[in-house]
Parts: sequence; C-alpha cells; structure tokens
Amino acid sequence: MQYTLMFYLSPEEFSARTDPAKREAYWAAFMPYMKAVRDAGIFRAGAGLEPPDTATTLRLREGKRLVQDGPYADTKEQLGGLFVIEVPDLDTALDWAARYPAGPEGVVEVRPNLSASAAA
Amino acid sequence: MSENHEGERAARVHRTIEQVARDSYGRLLAFLAVRCRDVSAAEDALADAFQTALETWPRNGIPEKPEAWLLVAGRRKLIDGMRRSRIRGEAIPDLLAGTENAYEMAGESLLFPDERLKLMFVCAHPAIEAQARTPLMLQTVLGLDAARIASAFLVRPSAMGQRLTRAKSKIRVAGIRFEVPEAAQLPERLEFVLEAIYAAYGSGWDDITGADARRKGLAAEAVELARLLVQLMPDEPEPKGLLAMMLHCEARREARRTQSGSYVPLLEQDVTCWSKEMMGEAERLLCEASRRGRIGRFQLEAAIQSAHAQRARTGVTDWNAIALLYEGLVRLSPTVGALVGRAAVIAEAQGPAAGLSALELLPDAVVQTYQPYWALAGHLFKRLGRISEAQCAYSRAIGLSEEPALRRFLEAEISKSDERDSDTHLIGSSDAEGSVHHR
Repeated sequence: MQYTLMFYLSPEEFSARTDPAKREAYWAAFMPYMKAVRDAGIFRAGAGLEPPDTATTLRLREGKRLVQDGPYADTKEQLGGLFVIEVPDLDTALDWAARYPAGPEGVVEVRPNLSASAAA
Repeated sequence: MSENHEGERAARVHRTIEQVARDSYGRLLAFLAVRCRDVSAAEDALADAFQTALETWPRNGIPEKPEAWLLVAGRRKLIDGMRRSRIRGEAIPDLLAGTENAYEMAGESLLFPDERLKLMFVCAHPAIEAQARTPLMLQTVLGLDAARIASAFLVRPSAMGQRLTRAKSKIRVAGIRFEVPEAAQLPERLEFVLEAIYAAYGSGWDDITGADARRKGLAAEAVELARLLVQLMPDEPEPKGLLAMMLHCEARREARRTQSGSYVPLLEQDVTCWSKEMMGEAERLLCEASRRGRIGRFQLEAAIQSAHAQRARTGVTDWNAIALLYEGLVRLSPTVGALVGRAAVIAEAQGPAAGLSALELLPDAVVQTYQPYWALAGHLFKRLGRISEAQCAYSRAIGLSEEPALRRFLEAEISKSDERDSDTHLIGSSDAEGSVHHR
C-alpha cells in the first residue's frame, strides 16, 4: 500500500531549516532519515515545502478566482514536507513516521493514498 | 417424515447453530478477518454462512464438523464478495491458501488456528478512536450486537453502530496490520488491550444496584475477555493481574448492596458474602503473575484488592500495606482515580488531615467533574469537623453521581454530617475505596 507521510512543523522548525545558526544541526538530523527511506526501497515521491508565509490559497467561487495570501489552514503547525512511501501496512508506515527526526512539537500525519481501483 | 419429526430436527439445528455461535463466533471471525484484513467483510461473510446453515442443515443434516463447514462457507462468501468488488483482489490468494489449510486442520481435529489475539490487538490499535476500541472487541471477539453494546456504554444504538462502522472502515482503508506486535512494541500495545478490557469492566462496575442486567453483563464479558487474554498470552503477567483485580471486585459484587438496593461501602460489607472461590482464583493468578518478576499497573491494582480481601480472613485491613501499594501504583500510573484512591488510603493510615493534604495536591482542572474526589473530600472534611465544607463537597459529589444508589448514600452522609462520627471509617464512593479507577 502507498501512504503519504505529512510532516507538520512549528514556526521554529521552519526557521531552523534555513537559519545559519541552526541549519547544520537540522539537516544533520534529517539527511540520514531521508537516506534510510531511500535505502529501504520504499520511497515513491516527496517534497519539502517553503514556509507557510510563501503560500497562496485559491478558491473558485461562482466561476471567479479568489486568491489570498497565506496557507489554507490557520494552525500553528503547518505542512512542511511530505513523502509517499510504499509499505505493507499502516504499522510499517507508522514505524517510518516515528523515525522522522521531529522537533519537540513535531507532528506527522500518516494517510493511505487513495488506491487506483477506487476510481475504476 | 412426520411434521413433528421435522420440527424436532429444525430445533436441533437451531440449538447446534446457537451453540457454535456462542462457542466459536470469535474464532471463526478472527480467522476470516485476519486473512482478508477487513473486519466488516468477514462479519458479513460469516453472517451469510450462518444464514446458509440455517437454511440447508435442516434439509441436509448437521455436518460432522459444523465449525469447519461454517469456515469454508464463510471463506467462499468472502472470496465471492471480493471478486465482485475487485477492490482488494490482491488479498484473495492469501485467503484461499490460508483457509484450505484450515479446512484440512479442522477436518482432522476440529482445530484451526486461533487468531483472536490478533483481532484483539487490531481492535485496540492506537490508530482506532479510543472510544471504539472496547466496543469493537466486544462485537468482534465476543459477537455482541451493536444495540447491546450501545446500552452498556449508554449511547444510542445508531451512534454506536456508526462508531463501529467507522472503526472497521479505518481498519480496512488505513491497512492496519493483523498481528500480535513485536516484543519491542508489545508492552505499549498490550496496555491498550488491557485498558479496553478495564474500561468495559469499569462501565459494568459502576452499576452498583445491578438494576441494569446489560451493564452487569458487560462486567462479565470483560472478565471473559481477560480470561481469553490470559489463555492466549500465558507468559505475560499483566493480563493475569487485570483478571485477578476484576475477580476480587466480582467476589464482592453481592455484598455491595443491601436487599433493598442501597449502596454498601467496602468497609461496611459483610465479608461472609464475598465469594471465596473467586478470591481464591484471583490470588492464584496474582501469585503466578508475580513470579514473572515484572511488576505492572494491573498487578498493583490486583494487589490492592488482594490486601482488602485479607479482611475476610483476618478481620482487619492493613492500611499501611495498602498505602505502600498505592505509592507504587501512582508512580507507574498516576491516573486521577489512583491518586484519589491513594488519598483515601492515606486518610485511613495516617488520619483525615493527611488524606486531605494528599487530595489537595490534585490540580483543580482535573478534579472539577470527578465525582469520587468530591465524595472523599466530603468524607474527610466531615471527619475533621469542618461541617459546612463537608456539606458543600458532598453536594458536589451528589450532583456528579450517575448512580441513584450512590446519590442516596451520599445524601444520607450529608444528613449524618452534623453528628460528627469520626469512628466510622467510611469512604464514600466506589472509586475512592480503591476498586476500579477506570477513568
């Protein structure tokens, strides 16, 4: 089954990724995780996202585009990146989510990908 | 064939099917569910198999191995259903292979692998909404219907039905693994299974008067689940601890109320009404558990109950010993119930002022709506002669009580509170007496 691991970051974690004083420590923890996921042969796709203040949200209302600055969800932790992995079951996916070197407020949401047969 | 004869035959078929449903439902369902990783599909298939049995057995006779027959019929329905939906087609080979083996085994000895433990771990999986875990276990492992479970948990049958459906859908769509977890994860996961059984028992235990037969039944079902867990995990001490704790409480069930249905607190109970048989079994289990040398929350809970049970033999309660056990319990599991229970015991061992100090350590936000806290506070204020505070605390406890018998008991305590009888060591609530800290 394919699962998407969604990594939610606090504002401090977002800034740690680029802050010259913290960035080395941040990436030193993250890169081995990334490597482990790839080495396990389960990695299917992934992306890291720029901080939420770079987000733009679009709504279509009566054929009109309403474009707004900022992310869709107004929460402290925001989506900072995601992996799509291929593993046998939720428990294995959770094992991989648990290995993510999250900060003290780190959250990982794990969701099964909609299977292709659902659309058939 | 005479009509009479036919009627007899149909009755025999019904009896057999009822018997198989009672004895083997959980095992049959677990076997099918583990192989298709879909609890609702397995339930539907098994229901169809039972239905087919009801239709064909009166005509063709009862098969030699009814369980094996149902297993094979259930498997066939399951595969048919999956071929039709084609959504999880990949599970079919597994299902086929697994059940062919099982049929051979069942044919030989009536034995097929017992997968109920896997099913229990799936039901108590942390990915499942906490409130659905026990109901799901009761439904799948014991075969209780949603309406009956709903009444035990005091929710509408439709709400319970939805909760169960949602949980089963989560199991299937999220792809929860049907396995007993590995050693590293076992303690945490086992904790959820134990917790779920404990919650079921607590709901049954709260019904003091025994007026509600279904809730009383829930306590019995929790005991049955715990027995099953002990049988399936003989090397784990905590299931034995949980079962021992519940048996000690069950041993006192009849002594908890008078003929007229009034609540009798632990220390006023007539020990000759306690069941020696259940206490004996509880002691044996606790002894076996302790030999493993791995102490745990439920063994400590059982040890506290065991210490209370000694009163049947010695006539006295060793409060210092119980206080010590509570220290261990709150260290491992500082639930509000355990902390209030500890305060009650400190009051008995060292006096009401010490008990009150222990009680005052609990944060306000936690105890605001916790009935046993206020019942105990009322009792301790009363023993200290702080009458107006006692009345205030008692009335809060009454306002938070769900049980009429408990309310009446507390109302009687308020009216007695002008008398100041510091000799009676009453502890005014089922939880504070240290029985079931399930919340």
